[in-house]
Amino acid sequence: MSHDDVLNPKQMPHDPEKATLEGKNKFLGFWFFLGGETVLFASLFGTYLALNGSTQGENTPENLFGLELVFIMTMLLLTSSLTSVYAMYHMKNHDFGKMQLWLVITVALGLAFLGFEIYEFYHYIHEYDFTFRSSAFGSAFYTLVGFHGGHVLFGLCWITALIIRNQKRGLNLYNAPKYYTASLYWHFIDVVWVFIFTVVYLMGKVG
Amino acid sequence: MSTAVAQKRGLAATIWDYLTTVDHKKIALLYLYSGGFFFLIGGLEAMLIRIQLMKPDNNFISAGLYNEMITMHGTTMIFLAAMPLIFALMNAVVPLQIGARDVAFPFLNSLGFWLFFFGGILLNVSWFTGGAPDAGWTNYAPLSTTSPGHGVDYYVMGLQISGAGTLIAGINFLVTIINMRAPGMTYMRMPLFTWSTFVTSALILFAFPALTVGLFLMMFDRMFGSAFFDVALGGNVIIWEHLFWIFGHPEVYILILPLFGAFSDIFSTFSRKRLFGYSAMVFATVLIGFLGFMVWAHHMFTVGMGPIANSIFAVATMAIAVPTGIKIFNWLFTMWGGQIKMTSAMLWSVAFIPSFTIGGMTGVMLAAAAADFQYHDTYFVVGHFHYVIVGGVVFGIFAGLHYWWPKMFGKVLNEKLGKLAFWPFFIGFHLTFFIQHFLGLMGMPRRYWVFLEGQGLETGNLISTIGAFFMAIGTVIFLINIVYTAIKEPKVGGDPWDARTLEWSIPSPPPHYNFVQTPLVRGLDPLWVEKMDGKKGMTPAEPLGDIHMPNGSILPFMMSLGMFIAGFGFIYQVDNSSWLIAVFIGMGITLGSMLTRSLKDDLGHHIHKEELEADIKKGVGK
Repeated sequence: MSHDDVLNPKQMPHDPEKATLEGKNKFLGFWFFLGGETVLFASLFGTYLALNGSTQGENTPENLFGLELVFIMTMLLLTSSLTSVYAMYHMKNHDFGKMQLWLVITVALGLAFLGFEIYEFYHYIHEYDFTFRSSAFGSAFYTLVGFHGGHVLFGLCWITALIIRNQKRGLNLYNAPKYYTASLYWHFIDVVWVFIFTVVYLMGKVG
Repeated sequence: MSTAVAQKRGLAATIWDYLTTVDHKKIALLYLYSGGFFFLIGGLEAMLIRIQLMKPDNNFISAGLYNEMITMHGTTMIFLAAMPLIFALMNAVVPLQIGARDVAFPFLNSLGFWLFFFGGILLNVSWFTGGAPDAGWTNYAPLSTTSPGHGVDYYVMGLQISGAGTLIAGINFLVTIINMRAPGMTYMRMPLFTWSTFVTSALILFAFPALTVGLFLMMFDRMFGSAFFDVALGGNVIIWEHLFWIFGHPEVYILILPLFGAFSDIFSTFSRKRLFGYSAMVFATVLIGFLGFMVWAHHMFTVGMGPIANSIFAVATMAIAVPTGIKIFNWLFTMWGGQIKMTSAMLWSVAFIPSFTIGGMTGVMLAAAAADFQYHDTYFVVGHFHYVIVGGVVFGIFAGLHYWWPKMFGKVLNEKLGKLAFWPFFIGFHLTFFIQHFLGLMGMPRRYWVFLEGQGLETGNLISTIGAFFMAIGTVIFLINIVYTAIKEPKVGGDPWDARTLEWSIPSPPPHYNFVQTPLVRGLDPLWVEKMDGKKGMTPAEPLGDIHMPNGSILPFMMSLGMFIAGFGFIYQVDNSSWLIAVFIGMGITLGSMLTRSLKDDLGHHIHKEELEADIKKGVGK
C-alpha cells in the first residue's frame, strides 16, 4: 500500500483501525500494554488494601469519604466511556465530524471528572488535614487514586492532541489506529475507576 | 542505510546513524556493546568483593564501600549486563528466525534501548556523586529507606528508567512474534529461541509493572515523605519484599528462558538432528513461565508468613523442577546419536547441562521451607544462584554469541581462542562457587564485609577467590578473541554452521531489509527442510517488489535523555527545591518529544524493486 493510499480519507475499509499492518500491531501491542497496566494497578490496589487500616488517627476511610461526590464522579466517567464508544462507532461509519464531536464531549466529561477529583483532594487536605504524608493510609490513598487521576490527565491530553491534529484532514488509515488505541486507553481508565469506586470508596464506607 | 555507506561518510555520520537507528540489527549491537561494558564493570566489582574476602579480617576495601560493591555488582549484573545481552541476541536473531523485515515497533525498539542505557548510566553516576546504592540489590526496607546519602535514590531512578525500557522491549517482541511471522511459520514451527523469547516477553509484561510500583513507593518514601515503609506512621516493610519478588522471581526466568532457547537451537544445529521432543520443549517453556509467577514468596520463607503459605510456595517451587527436567533430558536426547561437532558454542552448551543441574538441585534443597531456615542468607544461597545465573545465563550468552556472531558480524569467532577462553572460565566458575555451598552450610552469612580467623572459613574463601581470577582470565581471552577475529578472521557466507533455521538462509550480516523476498516456511527447521529437498535456499512467498521500511528517528534518544535529566532533578530536589527545575526541563523534553512523535506523520519509506535487483546482482539473497 502506498503512502497516498494510507492518507487518503476516501478509501476506507470497515475496520480502518486494523486495515494496515501498523494498525494491527498497534491494536495488539496496546492490548498487551493494558495487560501490564493491569498489573500496575493490581499492585497499587494490593498496597492500598494492606495499608487502608493504618490511619493513625481520626482520618479513616469512613470519616473522610462522601459518596455523593464520588457517585457524581463515577457517573461522569462512565458516561465519558459511553461517548467514546459513540465516537468509535462513527469512526467505523467513516463519519469523521461526528466522531470528533463525541470525542470533544468525552474530553469535556473527563475534564469535569478531573475537576471534581482535584476538589476532593483539596477538600481532604484543607478540611481534614489528611495528606500524602500523614499516615500510611494517606500515602496509599493518594498514590492509588492519584495514579488513576494522572492517567485521566494523560488521556485527556492525548485525545485533545489527536482532535486538534486531525481536525483539518479527516480520518485515514494512518490516524485511525491512533484514535482507536486512545479510546481503548480511555475505557481502561474507566474500568480502573470502577474498581477504585468499589474497593476504596464503597468498601471504605461499608467495611 | 548500510553501515558501509555510513562509514564512508565519516565518524559523525556513523554516530548519528546509531543514535537514530530503528534497525533491529543495529539496536542489537548497541545492546551488545553497552551490555558488555556493564558486564565488565559488574565483573570488576565482583573481583573487588572476592579480593576483600580472600583472607580473614581483610581491610582491602572499607565496610561501606563493600556494601556498595555487593549492591552494585548484583544490580549491574542482573539489570545492566544480563538483560541487555539477552536483548542483543533477541534483537539480532528473532526477526530473522520468523522471516520478518523488522520488529513490530522499530521506533519503540530504539526507545527501549535508550531508556535502558540512560537508566544504567544514571545508576553508575552514583559512584562519582558521593556513594553508590548500598542496601543490597534487593533493596529491602527499612535498610533502604533509612540509607543515608543519595545512593538508594540513584538505584530507584536508574532502575525505574531502565525498567520502562525493558517493558517496552517485551511488548515489542510479543507483537512481533504474533503478527510478523512469514507465511507458513506457524507457532509450532517456531525455533525454540523464538518460543522462549515469546514466553520471556510475556513474563516481562506481567512482572515489570510490580517493580515499577515498588520503585514508585520507594521513591515517594525517600523523596516525597510518604509512609509506605515507615512503621511509625503505619507503614509495612513487607510490602516492598512482596512487590520486589513478584517481579524478582519471574525475572530469573526472564533471564534463563531465552538462553534455554538458544541452547536448544545450538544443540540441534551441532548434533545435526532436529530437537528431540520439540512440543514437550515448548510446553515446558510455557509451563516454567506460568509457574514462575506462583513462587515468589519462596524468597521470604523466614519472614513469618506461616506454615501454610510456606508449604504452598515450597510445593509450587519444587514443581518447576519437572518442566526443567524435561528440558535437560530433551537436550541430552537431542545429542544422543547425533553427529556432534564440538564447536565453542557447543562446548559452552554442553558445560551448561551439569552446571545448571547442580544449581537446580540446590534450588530444590532451598525450596524445602523448613530446611531453608538453615540456608537463608548464607553463602549456600550465593552458591545456588550463581550456579543458575552464571552456569545458565552467562554460559548461554557466551554460547549464543559464539553461535550467532557470524550472523551479527559476518565472521566466525576464532575457535581456538574460543576454547581457550572457555576452560579457565569453566574451571574458575566451579572453583569459585562450588565451595561457597559448603561455606554457607558451615554458617558463613552472605553480605558480610569480613569473616573471622579460626572458624574454618579461610581455605574455602581463598579457593573461591582464586576461581574468580580464573573467570577473569577467561573473560579477557574472550575479549582478545573479539579483537583478533575482527582483524584476522576471514568473512564467511550466510550459513557457516550448516544450520537449520531461517536466519541462516540470508547473508551475514543481513541487508537492512533482511529478506529480499519473504520466505515460505514449509516445516520445522525451514532451511533444513529445503536443504533436504536439494534446494539451495528458501522458496519465496511473494514476488520481488517494493519493500516498506521504517524511518530512523532521534526522538527515542531525546525522550530517554529527558528522563535522565529529570532523574537527577528528582534525586536532588530533596536537598534543594530549585532542582525541581531539572525535573521540569527533563520531563518537558520527554513529553515534548512524545507529542512530536504523536503529531508528526512518519510513514516510513520504500526500497524500490530496482535497488533490490541491484543488490541481488551483488550477491544478496543467495
